[in-house]
Amino acid sequence: MSLNQNNNIKVALIGNPNAGKSTLFNALTGLNQKTGNYSGVTVDKHEGRTEFKFNDLVYDISIVDLPGTYSFFPKTIDEKIACDFLVQNKENVDVLVVVVDATNLKRNLLLATQAIDLKYKTVVALNMIDEADQQFIKIDMEGLRNVLGVEVVPTDSRNQNGINELKQAITRAKSSDSFFYDISHKQKNEDFTYKEFLKTHSAEKSEIVKADQLYRYNTINYILAKHIHTPEQLSKKETTARIDKLTTHPVFGYLFLLFVLFLVFQFIFFIAEYPMSWIEGGFLALQEFISSHLPHGQLSDLLSNGVLAGISGVLMFIPQIALLFLFIGILEDSGYMARASFIMDKLMRKFGLNGKSVIPLISGTACAVPSIMGTRTIGSYKERLITVFILPLISCSARLPVYTLIIALIYPDNSFLGVFNVKGIVLMGMYLLGFFVTLVTAWFMKRLVKVKETSFFVMELPVYRWPQAKSISIMVLNKVKVFVLDAGKIILAISIILWFLSSHGPGKEFDELSQKIEVAQTSGSELQLRELKTQQLEKSYVGKLGHFIEPAIRPLGFDWKIGISLVTSFAAREVFVGTMATIYGANEENTSIKQKLQNETNEAGKPVYNMAVCWSLLLFYAFALQCMSTIATVKRETKSWKWPLLQLVFMTTLAYVSAFGVYQLLS
Amino acid sequence: MISLENLEIGQEAFIRSFNNSDLSYKLIEMGCLPGEKITLSKIAPLGCPLAIHVAGYELSLRKEEARTIIVEPVA
Repeated sequence: MSLNQNNNIKVALIGNPNAGKSTLFNALTGLNQKTGNYSGVTVDKHEGRTEFKFNDLVYDISIVDLPGTYSFFPKTIDEKIACDFLVQNKENVDVLVVVVDATNLKRNLLLATQAIDLKYKTVVALNMIDEADQQFIKIDMEGLRNVLGVEVVPTDSRNQNGINELKQAITRAKSSDSFFYDISHKQKNEDFTYKEFLKTHSAEKSEIVKADQLYRYNTINYILAKHIHTPEQLSKKETTARIDKLTTHPVFGYLFLLFVLFLVFQFIFFIAEYPMSWIEGGFLALQEFISSHLPHGQLSDLLSNGVLAGISGVLMFIPQIALLFLFIGILEDSGYMARASFIMDKLMRKFGLNGKSVIPLISGTACAVPSIMGTRTIGSYKERLITVFILPLISCSARLPVYTLIIALIYPDNSFLGVFNVKGIVLMGMYLLGFFVTLVTAWFMKRLVKVKETSFFVMELPVYRWPQAKSISIMVLNKVKVFVLDAGKIILAISIILWFLSSHGPGKEFDELSQKIEVAQTSGSELQLRELKTQQLEKSYVGKLGHFIEPAIRPLGFDWKIGISLVTSFAAREVFVGTMATIYGANEENTSIKQKLQNETNEAGKPVYNMAVCWSLLLFYAFALQCMSTIATVKRETKSWKWPLLQLVFMTTLAYVSAFGVYQLLS
Repeated sequence: MISLENLEIGQEAFIRSFNNSDLSYKLIEMGCLPGEKITLSKIAPLGCPLAIHVAGYELSLRKEEARTIIVEPVA
């Protein structure tokens, strides 16, 4: 395994959470990264490359950024990935880089001594060395190098200092002759290696494991006493304590959190709308261009209404995802997220959620997709799973057009309750209902979900730091990339299927209508064209599907026309309004659809859209998982179809039962 | 000897032992060693969790986790 023959070096990065490992990874690789999977688990695998010229040689260094861990006795799924990767040596790692927080050496050296004992060629990166300097922590580098027996490189990954030195050290890395495990192991068994020890004992909770950790801390205390000088009073920590006085204050702490949530809400809900409408507008123009410049036919129709519509449906999410992760990045990087978690934990835990569930829950009112991706920061697997599961129950912005249309059907503009507009109250009620059902579901999930992971809250409260633009933008970019490439595939596939179903139909009737439409497009009136399109939709596969499911949705008060809209709005809830417009031959303006719907009567001459039907529709849309993008995202985030399918079944059942209940009650 | 949850904010103490073996692995890993000096730094507004200074950094734990750490207050 000589490095100099091909100059390809495979590096693994390991370190404590909050040691600046990801920042170091970004500093090493820049944009040269990709996100993949470890087989069979939900954890993302971050890999990157860098080229390095040194002594007339060109090195091609590929780097895996392993999940953060506190020791080689893993407690969470993420930690287990990191440990197994090295203990089982899954991918022939050449050099191991242990990232150590220089301001927090005692705890960080536990992992470092374990890593060194694995006998890889090892480099210790003493990260955040700038902060250690500011805190007047004096480190005897040469002494540390000697006692650890490996290269030790001071780095400041946030300001890109020491990166070249680290790369140099990687090219000449060696394994240590020192060992930090208890020598009596070796006395009992000549062939003892720490790797083999971990293979048998790492999952245990036994005296032998505890003894190993205590033995190491003894050695570490000795190393610290000899080679590190730490002053008593730490200025950085005083600043942190002062800020904490505000952020964990019984009144101001919650007010500040409320302010942060308000900002997130504003950005995801309102600011994101501008870029979203540009994307939408751009694609509409493109679709129009294609249909007017390409010859009419299957292919151009597939291209503009299937493929382009699908792609635009994927890209539309980018502004919200980017903005939410910008916020999450700032909150995590600065250290505030841990404080939000600290003051919210007790409240959220009652519902099986986590202090860190707060941000996804609030951003869920805008859109479940970025919020589900945002649950990554929740450390406990169970609490994260519950948060992902309940998020789509929160009323998102795609439900708004549906709610608005239906509420307008049954409550006139000028109805007031005291000074309050009734429509506004009902709309707010729908949002509150969403929140209420979300929490109740979480409460039940807490009791139902069994996970083989002991839940600890034991969590570091890191010192406050200025967030770094570079590492946050790389993170945002990676998130967007992952969404577009992974979830995007599924969304595109479903939207092409839906396009096919609504633009094709069985038998001659459908084809005849298509021809008539083509004629009408050049010579007919707009009214005629709309009528033809209504007929065509009814004769399409989607139309047949609407008729087919009618017996099942009858008890909810829905006819086949609503059935068609239920099928098409599986793409996204707001499609409901557009489909209803096509079915009733209205143009897409709300007032026009509203009038058509209000004039619709049944055989008995009574209006179809009465209180009972409308409330049934409202509840159905509040609870049903009518959103392929959510399904695709949950699949991507949980890495299995189990959870999205469970969610689909649960939410559809909930929607059906409550719509049924309210319809029977009101009619 | 009292448990960590009974300390007052700002009070210093030495860790003496743990009364929950499962949790003690995690706590030792995080630097809460027997003999280590700790300070209770804050209690969340709702009474849980709380935070301690230990091994040169700040660690937050839930009340039932703090209960498993037996400490001896600095006289």
